[in-house]
Amino acid sequence: MTIENTEELLLNMGPQHPSMHGLFRMVVNLEGETVTKIEPKIGYLHRGMEKLAESRTYAQFIPYTDRLDYLASPHNNWAYVQTVEKLMGVEIPERAEYLRVIFGELARIASHQVCIASTALDMAGWSAWSYAFRDRERICDMYEMTAGSRLTVNIMRIGGIIEPPAEFWPALKSFLDDTPEMLDEYNGIFFGNEIAQGRLKSVGILTKELAENLSITGPVLRASGVNYDVRKAEPYSIYDRFDFNVPVRYGCDSYDRTIIRMDEIVESIKIIKQAVRDIPEGPVMAKVPKVIKPPVGEVYHRVENPKGELGFYIVSDGTTKPARVRIRPATFINLQMLPIVSLGWKIQDVVAIFATLDAVLGEVDK
Amino acid sequence: METLSKPMETFDNLFLIIAHFIRGLFADPQSVWANLTMSIINFIIVVVIVVLAALILILLERKVAGWTSQRPGPNRLGPRGWFQTIADALKLMGKEDITPAGADKFIFKVAPMIIFALPMMTLAVIPYGNGLAPINLDLGIFYFLAISAISTVAFIMAGWGSNNKYSLLGGMRAVAQMISYEIPLLFSLLGVVMITQSFNLGVIVEAQKNIPFILLQPLAFVIYIIAGMAELNRAPFDLVEADQEVVAGPFTEYSGLRWGLFFLGEYGNMTAVSALAATVFLGGWQGPAILPGFVWFWLKVGIIIFFIMWARWTFPRIRIDHLMHLAWKVLLPLSILNIFLTGLGIYIYRLVMGG
Repeated sequence: MTIENTEELLLNMGPQHPSMHGLFRMVVNLEGETVTKIEPKIGYLHRGMEKLAESRTYAQFIPYTDRLDYLASPHNNWAYVQTVEKLMGVEIPERAEYLRVIFGELARIASHQVCIASTALDMAGWSAWSYAFRDRERICDMYEMTAGSRLTVNIMRIGGIIEPPAEFWPALKSFLDDTPEMLDEYNGIFFGNEIAQGRLKSVGILTKELAENLSITGPVLRASGVNYDVRKAEPYSIYDRFDFNVPVRYGCDSYDRTIIRMDEIVESIKIIKQAVRDIPEGPVMAKVPKVIKPPVGEVYHRVENPKGELGFYIVSDGTTKPARVRIRPATFINLQMLPIVSLGWKIQDVVAIFATLDAVLGEVDK
Repeated sequence: METLSKPMETFDNLFLIIAHFIRGLFADPQSVWANLTMSIINFIIVVVIVVLAALILILLERKVAGWTSQRPGPNRLGPRGWFQTIADALKLMGKEDITPAGADKFIFKVAPMIIFALPMMTLAVIPYGNGLAPINLDLGIFYFLAISAISTVAFIMAGWGSNNKYSLLGGMRAVAQMISYEIPLLFSLLGVVMITQSFNLGVIVEAQKNIPFILLQPLAFVIYIIAGMAELNRAPFDLVEADQEVVAGPFTEYSGLRWGLFFLGEYGNMTAVSALAATVFLGGWQGPAILPGFVWFWLKVGIIIFFIMWARWTFPRIRIDHLMHLAWKVLLPLSILNIFLTGLGIYIYRLVMGG
C-alpha cells in the first residue's frame, strides 16, 4: 500500500474555544501538529464604539471606554478624558493627577496579573492562574471602594477623578507591602518552572525589525529590545515627576513577552509609592462647565495602556457631541504579529504565543 | 503480645475468613460451583473498587485542586462538600446522550466501554492483602501492562469515531504519547522482576518483607511514576485532553453517561497504576503490624494518588516534542541503565554471597 497525497487539516479555532480570550477566531492550517498558516478572524465583539460616540455627549462616552480594554478600564477612561481636556484646554488639579497615576498604575498591575495568569492557564498551569487572580482581587476591591464596581470602573471625569474613601489608603499600603511576596510566588510556581520555560523560551520569535515594522507597542515591543514607552517618549499627565525605569528585554520570545510584565509590575509599584508619598491635599475636580462644549478642532492624544499605546482622536464641531472619534487600540495592532510569528510552531505554541500578546477582544473589536 | 496480636491477625485476615465461610456453605468447598461463586464475588468487589475509587477520587481531586490553588473547593453539598460527586454523577445520568450525526456510531459507542473495562481487568491481579488477590496470576505484571496498553486503541477509537477534528488530533496525540511511554514503563519494572525472578505480584510483595524495592530501585520508581503519569494522560502530560488546545481531545463529542464512563475509566486507571506502584515498589500490603495489611496497601496507593494529583494542579502542560524527547532520549536510556545496574548488582551479590 502506498500513501497517497497527504492533506492539510483545516482547523477552526474559536470563536468559542477555551483558549481564545474573548471572541477571537483563527483558522489554522495544520500539517500534523505544525501550523502552516493562520488566518485571524476578528469582529465577533464589534459594538461600533466609534460610531456610538457620535450620538453621545462627551461625558456620556466615558463609561463606553471602560468596555474597550476591560482589564484596565481606568486607562481607557484616562486616555479619553485627557484627550477631551486637551481639546478644551482644561488644567486639572494636582491631587487629581496623582490619583489618576495611582489608579492607572494599579490598573497596569491588575492587567499584567491577568496576563500572567492567562498565559499560565493556556499552558494548564491552574494554580499559577489562581494565585495571580487572588492578588488581582485586592485591586478590584480597591476599585470597588472608590467607584462601586470592580471591572468597568468608570472612575475618571472630564476635569478630574473620584476621590477615594479613607479606607482606600490602608488597603493600598498593605497591597504594596505584599507585592514582593506575590512576585516571588509567581516566579516560584510559574516562571521558575522547567516545563513553563521549555514551553516559552525561544518560541515565537518577534524580531526587533518586524516589531518596528508592524508598529507594535507596549510590553510586546519592549520584549523585542526596543526601548519605547509613551510615558517616557512623550510624558503625559505627571509622569515626568517620577523616577522609574522602562524594562526592556532582548529575548524576543514568548518567555520575555511574559516575564517583562513582572518587571513592569515592579516599576508600577515604584511609581505608586512615589505618588502616595508626594500626593498633595486639595480638590479632585477642575472647574469645568456643566455642559461640555469643546471648541471646533481636532486632537490626538495617546497614553501607555498596559497592552501598548492607546490613542484617541477626536474631532469637535463645537456641539455637545463629538463629530468623530477614532480609537487606536494597542492589541488590535499587536495582533498582526500572530500569523507571521506563529508559522512553523506547534498548535500548543500558537496558543501560548497568543496568550503572551495579552489580547483583549473588547479592545480589538471596539 | 499474644493477646494483642490475636485480634489484629483476625482483622488482617478478615476477608480470607469471610471467603472461607462462603466456601464452607457449599457441600464441597473446592467444587466448580464454589469457585464460580467466588469468582463472581471477586468480580463484583473489583467493580465496586473502581466505582468507589472514582467517586472518592473525583472529590479528592477537587479538594486537592482547591488546596493547591488556595480556594475552598466544593463545600456546599453535605458536610464539607462530601456529597458533591454523588450530585455530579446524578447530573451526568440525567444528561442527554448525544451521538453526533457524522460519527462512526459503533466505534463511538464502544470506546467508552473499553476504557471503563480496562481498569477492572488490571485491578483484578493486584494483591490487596496477604492472599487477597482476586486472581493470583503468575504473569501478573505482564498481564497488567498488556491490558493497560489496550487503552491506546480505545482513545484512537473515540478520537476517530467522533468525526471531530479536535478529537482526531487528541486521538493521534494519545497514540504517540502512550506507545512511547509504554516502553520506559515496562523497562522500569524489569529491575524488580530480575531481583525477584517472578512476574507474580504476590511473590514480589512477599520479597519486600524486609526492604521495599523503592530503596533498591529508586531510579526505576521515578521512571515508573513519570511514565505512569504519561500513560494516564494526567497533567503535566495531559496532551490528549488538553482543553486549551484540542478542547477535550477524544472526549469532546461525548456527553452524559458515556463521558462519565471515560471519567470512571480515567480514575480507575489512576487507581490501577498507583496500585501497581504500591505493590511493586512500596511493599504492597507489607507494613508494621499496627494496621492490617489492606489498610497499609490503600494508604500507599493514596499517597501515590495524592502525589499525582498534586503534580497535575501545579505543573503547566509539557510540549509535544519535549514529551517525546523525555520518553525516548531521557527515560528510555535511564531505564536501560537501571536494568544494567540491577544486573550488575545481582551479579556482585551472587559473587559475594557465593550463590
